[in-house]
Amino acid sequence: MSIDKEIVRKVAGLARLSLSESDLERFTPQVAGIVKWVEMLGEVNTENVAPLANVVNVDLKLRPDIISDGGYQDKILANAPESMEGFFVVPKVVE
Amino acid sequence: MAEIVKGETGDWEIVIGMEVHAQITSQSKLFSGAATAFGAEPNSQVSFVDAAMPGMLPVLNQYCVEQAIRTGLGLNAQINMTSVFERKNYFYPDLPQGYQISQFQHPIVGEGEIEIDLSDGTVKPIRIERLHMEQDAGKSLHDQHPTKSFVDLNRSGTALMEIVSRPDIRGAEEAAAYLSKLRMILRYLGTCDGNMDEGSMRADVNLSMRRVGEEKLGTRCEIKNVNSIKAVQMAIAYESRRQVEVLENGGTIKQETRLWDPAKGETRSMRSKEEAHDYRYFPDPDLLPLVLQPQLVEKIEASLPELPDQKKHRFMSEFGLGAYDASVLIAERSRADFFEQAAKGRNAKLVANWLLNELLALLNKEGKSIAESPISAAHLGQLVGLISDNTISGKIAKDVFADMFASGKDASQIVEEKGLKQVTDTGAIEKTIDEVLAENADKVGEFRSGKDKLFGFFVGQVMKKSGGKLNPSAVNDILMAKLKS
Amino acid sequence: MTELTNQTIAQALEGLKKKQFSAKELTEAHIKVMEETRHLNAYITETPEQALEAAQESDKKITAGDMRPLEGIPIGMKDLFCTKGVRTTAASKILGNFVPQYESTVSGKMLADGAVILGKTNLDEFAMGSSNTTSAFGNVISPWKRSDGSNADLVPGGSSGGSSAAVSARSCMAATGTDTGGSIRQPAAFCGIAGIKPTYGRCSRWGVIAFASSLDQPGIFARDVKDCAIVLKSMSGHDPKDSTSANKPVPEFAAALTGNVKGLKVGIPKEYNVEGMPAEITAIWQKGMDWLKTGGAEIVDISLPHTKYALPTYYIIAPAECSSNLARYDGVRYGLRVDGENLNDMYGKSRAAGFGNEVTRRILIGTYVLSSGYYDAYYIKAQKLRRLIYEDFINAYQKCDVILTPTAPSAAFAIGENDDDPLKMYLNDVFTVPASLAGIPGMSVPAGLDAQGLPLGLQILGRHWDEETVFRVSDFIETAAAFDAVPQMVKKAA
Repeated sequence: MSIDKEIVRKVAGLARLSLSESDLERFTPQVAGIVKWVEMLGEVNTENVAPLANVVNVDLKLRPDIISDGGYQDKILANAPESMEGFFVVPKVVE
Repeated sequence: MAEIVKGETGDWEIVIGMEVHAQITSQSKLFSGAATAFGAEPNSQVSFVDAAMPGMLPVLNQYCVEQAIRTGLGLNAQINMTSVFERKNYFYPDLPQGYQISQFQHPIVGEGEIEIDLSDGTVKPIRIERLHMEQDAGKSLHDQHPTKSFVDLNRSGTALMEIVSRPDIRGAEEAAAYLSKLRMILRYLGTCDGNMDEGSMRADVNLSMRRVGEEKLGTRCEIKNVNSIKAVQMAIAYESRRQVEVLENGGTIKQETRLWDPAKGETRSMRSKEEAHDYRYFPDPDLLPLVLQPQLVEKIEASLPELPDQKKHRFMSEFGLGAYDASVLIAERSRADFFEQAAKGRNAKLVANWLLNELLALLNKEGKSIAESPISAAHLGQLVGLISDNTISGKIAKDVFADMFASGKDASQIVEEKGLKQVTDTGAIEKTIDEVLAENADKVGEFRSGKDKLFGFFVGQVMKKSGGKLNPSAVNDILMAKLKS
Repeated sequence: MTELTNQTIAQALEGLKKKQFSAKELTEAHIKVMEETRHLNAYITETPEQALEAAQESDKKITAGDMRPLEGIPIGMKDLFCTKGVRTTAASKILGNFVPQYESTVSGKMLADGAVILGKTNLDEFAMGSSNTTSAFGNVISPWKRSDGSNADLVPGGSSGGSSAAVSARSCMAATGTDTGGSIRQPAAFCGIAGIKPTYGRCSRWGVIAFASSLDQPGIFARDVKDCAIVLKSMSGHDPKDSTSANKPVPEFAAALTGNVKGLKVGIPKEYNVEGMPAEITAIWQKGMDWLKTGGAEIVDISLPHTKYALPTYYIIAPAECSSNLARYDGVRYGLRVDGENLNDMYGKSRAAGFGNEVTRRILIGTYVLSSGYYDAYYIKAQKLRRLIYEDFINAYQKCDVILTPTAPSAAFAIGENDDDPLKMYLNDVFTVPASLAGIPGMSVPAGLDAQGLPLGLQILGRHWDEETVFRVSDFIETAAAFDAVPQMVKKAA
């Protein structure tokens, strides 16, 4: 499937990237080219191959249920672009 | 007991599947060591992981995994020995990572089933599709400022179980019964406190309509923000009517997320969620598949408490209780425990009567829980014991009970102090009866000439004279003998 | 002073111990070079005050006879490692003036072992790139120049280009890197130094800003193999805060450098003989084989049949993970915020303004391949290929102990040379990406110069968790190659 500007516009929307028309025009052929290139994987028959998500062959370690972190509101807010009364502040969300 | 919505053009059936989010009762969060307690200062129970600071990584809480397994077993469900955490990608200010770590294709718990109890005495099975673990989001406050929303991440990362039912629920009553039963099971298991006010249990209702007799499911809407069992019932009533109206007017139902507005008593479309959902799930590369050891599942299974339905059936068979009494007793684990403790070595049916008709009524009136009862289980048992061995009569017992509730003293002490012990000595009973008969010679005559109804009058007089302390059946026997002689 | 900056870490530790110079002097010497080589743009943030303070602390330890494994050693820290109280940027505008309130596990371990951090080194934005030309803080310039007198500025490789340039230019003795598809090995080759990416799971990723989590792995650059072994020891080990970090014992890597490769089987994958590879690269590869053969190793022909699919596999998996990993940069809790009319507008504007072209491109690709309807065709397909590539290596290691390949298909190129076409740029990683997908350790050692006087590297790949053999073979090649070339500017300064 070939990628056009509208697909890139939709994807940019999903990724919350406000791209200008000229950005979209610039990125579309690049993204299309790369996606077309990766489609060469279609040559390989992978019918009986299980997907591999991670190469580390160890069991997932679990931690005990102990309160060992948090309690530093100041550090959490230290880099906030906007905060008030201990909260992060963002433009109003309308439901 | 399917509820039918009568439309202009015919009858409609309500089809509901529920998604319940139950907060796991753990000390710390699903993937971080920050505390989970409710009501703390904003952003004070937040770790760098919960705030999704750059480079932070999740580490899974062992206890939460055990609680999910425990819940799965309590729902009679399949435990999946391998499950996978995936990322559900979307943007929202109270979702710091830009994705929620959840389970999608491989949940920890698969299919199960619970039974719900309906008001007509029937029992209906509701199938569970799955249970998976996921992170909760933070909270956005929209009403603190005219142009800003405030974000508190204290809840961010708290462990949730999402319990998804099959669309087996056929109306508001069944939905309420399902939620009550689910909550009861979670509380028995101790895996979730089931507190809907504090949001530790939240329900989303997936509702569609179809004509009675139709097998195909209709298009459903997901109703969010239903924060109590009552709200669930009201939302279902509203939404089912709305859908019928749309359908009967030739419209189609759009699959969408709708918000329950408790103030207006209506559901409305959530515009913000309307944009195409594309969550782009994929396995979280920061975590590995969760592989359970069979021994762990076995250990949890062995430690499961008796569940509500098991307890109910046992109460019926072991104590000879009726289904209704048994179901009221088991509704709360603490209540059932109280009953069993009180009933130990006593007449269990009598204990159940006293607990259900007297103690619970009084506690309810005073707004107290069973844990706060001034009458302990042992004391209630003792009271019933005094009745059973004829130390006091049932009538006296009521006074003693009131005294116990007010003073917290035990029954024997009150009986002793007030000299309420029942008289069973026939000599003493005969003496009182003789006195009463002597004082009412005219009535004795009437009785003997056929006015049988006066028997009750004599009993009353005898009991009154003795202050209710005479054994009623002995009074009956002796009185009858004397009157007839 | 220049002598102080021209020694290895092993020599410096010896010198400090014998009190031939102080840690403060060693640090000052490197700070001086750091200042003199600012035109390379190798550092985004310099921290000389903290460095001197740490050096003085080191001197106290040395005096007390209490030397730690990296006592007083001046290093550079890739600006992808979060450092407590020191601005960390990932070379991106989106992080703005982000100052972490925490220390990454790896930098923390190095500090605990006595290392002196001189500053945060430049990189490709979010480690996405092979030339260090995508940094929001400007290109890094390689200290190397072509011998033809053209004076063109060359790339140091990427993404850890600031680290490789700094180690090569002598403004630090070692520098951390991260390697997702070759980001340590390729810049090491371009800058004529040694660099190792250990087995995935060997070093904790906690506190390292994520690019592609299933591939990212911290590692180290130094001027020789032994120094890499010394520093990697400090960086390695299980971290309960990283679920993908393995609980494996960390060997004394430096002890593996026996100089003996007798009987070792060295695999030569035929698929790495790619079409159009420069003759000089083929020649240096052959030299490597010859050295090893002379040392008693056995050269074995092997096949890694799915090699040609490694790059497209990587360019699905890495962007997919990156698109999700970078979702947290939303202008809410830290970093750049550009005000908008509403929340979504704020998100879109902040992210568009904060991310550069390469990052934006990869987020677009990653979002696309994960989106509904394409997930199976791209992402799942890539994961299946990843298994085949992984199994290629497992099968190959039945026949050999290590694999020898060139590190990169060319020497360093000029800045701007490959900019027109992202695909052409991606081909730089053709030899390094397969090992990243398999999670195996890989090291690049300088093996010679090309006709233009630029360094060429050989890559040594090992079995999972077998960094020791990788170090042993790398050290052997390093000795055999007797590579002693340094950049002109270093020579001039000396």
